[in-house]
Amino acid sequence: MQKPVIATASLAGCFGCHMSLLDIDERILDLIELVDFNKSPINDIKEFTAECDIGLIEGGCCLDENVHVLREFRNHCRILISMGECAIMGGLPAMRNGISVRECLEEAYLNGPSVRNYNEGKVLPNDEELPVLLNRVYPCHEVVKMDYFLPGCPPDAELLWQALTALIHNKEMDLPYEVFKFD
Amino acid sequence: MAQKITISPVTRVEGHGKVTIHLNDDGEVIQSRLHIVEFRGFERFVQGRPYWEAPVLVQRLCGICPVSHHLAAAKAVDVIVGAGTGDGLTPTAEKIRRLMHYGQILQSHALHFFHLASPDLLFGVDADPARRNVIALARTPEYRDLAVQGVMMRKFGQEIIKATAGKKIHGTGAIPGGVNRSLTEEERDGFLKGEDPLNADAMIEWAEAAITLFRDFHKKNREMVDEFSRFPSNHLSLVGKDGAMDLYHGKLRAVDADGKKILHDIDYQEYLDYIGEEVRSWSYMKFPFLTELGKQDGWYRVGPLARLNTCEHIPTPRAQEAFETYKSYTDGRPNDMCMHTHWARLIETLFAAESIKLLLEDPDILKDDLLTKGKRYPEGIGLLEAPRGTLFHHYRVNEEDQITMANLIVSTTNNNQPMNEAVEQVARKQMTGQKTITEPMMNAVEVAIRAYDPCLSCATHAIGRMPLEITLVDRHGCLIDRKARWSGTI
Repeated sequence: MQKPVIATASLAGCFGCHMSLLDIDERILDLIELVDFNKSPINDIKEFTAECDIGLIEGGCCLDENVHVLREFRNHCRILISMGECAIMGGLPAMRNGISVRECLEEAYLNGPSVRNYNEGKVLPNDEELPVLLNRVYPCHEVVKMDYFLPGCPPDAELLWQALTALIHNKEMDLPYEVFKFD
Repeated sequence: MAQKITISPVTRVEGHGKVTIHLNDDGEVIQSRLHIVEFRGFERFVQGRPYWEAPVLVQRLCGICPVSHHLAAAKAVDVIVGAGTGDGLTPTAEKIRRLMHYGQILQSHALHFFHLASPDLLFGVDADPARRNVIALARTPEYRDLAVQGVMMRKFGQEIIKATAGKKIHGTGAIPGGVNRSLTEEERDGFLKGEDPLNADAMIEWAEAAITLFRDFHKKNREMVDEFSRFPSNHLSLVGKDGAMDLYHGKLRAVDADGKKILHDIDYQEYLDYIGEEVRSWSYMKFPFLTELGKQDGWYRVGPLARLNTCEHIPTPRAQEAFETYKSYTDGRPNDMCMHTHWARLIETLFAAESIKLLLEDPDILKDDLLTKGKRYPEGIGLLEAPRGTLFHHYRVNEEDQITMANLIVSTTNNNQPMNEAVEQVARKQMTGQKTITEPMMNAVEVAIRAYDPCLSCATHAIGRMPLEITLVDRHGCLIDRKARWSGTI
């Protein structure tokens, strides 16, 4: 039987959820026997090379590019999971919702005490190579359909492990209360 | 025909980035840029929050080294509550924080070397991309033990963080003026004598073995390791007393390419007198520089390579021995060899492992005098040496305890210009006059970036994201073609 294929992405996240996945420690060696990894920041696969069974999404959408990547994951993954607070509800980056993008940019690039005296041209980053900032940060399920939500900042390694192994073995998730952490 | 090459996303770095390289009609590199393509806006949206939230809130700009942000923010907030600038805490609080920090250095350096960089060293820069990762490492019988060691070293560091901060990622241990817990004897004994094989002695041994691994690789690949992406620069870091390496606290020192001091151990509360940042329209990441030397010449490197150039000795015996061998390779002069960053990082890994053991053996970490308070100040600045380099946190607060200003200069931002120099150099060497751009050429650009271990997650606190692209432009700069790395022949 072919191994299940997993892909992962970090959108507007901090990589903490990916790090929490690594916190399954030596079981990562078991995991790589159970599954194959496709597109993910931990390897050099930059575009999908196969259809995937499970897609793990960290972070919400704060850039137009995040939306493209998320839609691409939806198209290529049978099961798509919001991993962590940012994917589920925007998380900490969503603290900028309610403040205009311009105000955020001006604080960082014009008003900050170490830039104030050195930005004579009042330059703000605006090159065509840079993706466009969205008006606010969106949780993933407002952009595409998400199948599962694993809470936590980040989700506990134990929660990620149990949820993944259940999916891999086609079993119902049996997640005891103790593995849910909401901080 | 003129081309533009894009490598996007740059993988096996911790975060988001994108490189563009422009070639003209003659195949010469006319422009290369590392773009940081994310921005979050922390500086603005933490305004109005109470200052004691800063250590738990701001660390969420990076899940890879959250402890660094947690502690840098805590050090800034210490100043605000009148607990001094790093030496005003109780001995227990100071040592618990140091333990947390060295746990962080150990896990982060282990992650970088074993999980992200070693596949390039062991399989080669031009190996099949499908094989160039830690999973393939674990599946190769001769490297399986090494992959296991990497995993276990990271685990040890993470367990130290959990014991001191409460959680492995985004913990809460440091509070204004101290810490909220110390260790129990049982916890300490576990780290000193644990079997799993989680104990400090095993970490010291593995760190030494990793240095040997790197040095063997160096012997066999001397030209590549010494010359790949090598260029002179200034170097900046904190240094401890007598010029000793200290990653938690110290004075700010910079040396130039010849080793001459250009920033003389200043108190970092005054950093604004010495450091400025430039904004360029094509990156969300700013470009810091030493104001005395100006935007053009004032840029500097931070991180392991820089720290081993600024410090005079390492205060633990085995790391000091490794440091002496390392320094003798350049006859004591500053080391400007990009790939030697891996060597420097492993020496620091050894230093972190030895420091953890010394701290664990110190009875102060079991005591319960955890907090200091003093005269309230409206402003505080906290610096430390994060795994990737010097990290600056600066807050102003009002009488209602709300943050009114936050300024963050993260490690990877400090390395912005050096990474751009590295990209430029590799691009020129690898791509000039070539008719076809191959995948290994593009990976070489990424290898140069990866040596700085850029935590683009941190760097993009500001709103941002890193992909690698090569694009064709004509001599007027008009776009002819653009290709990403995996779109077939380029």
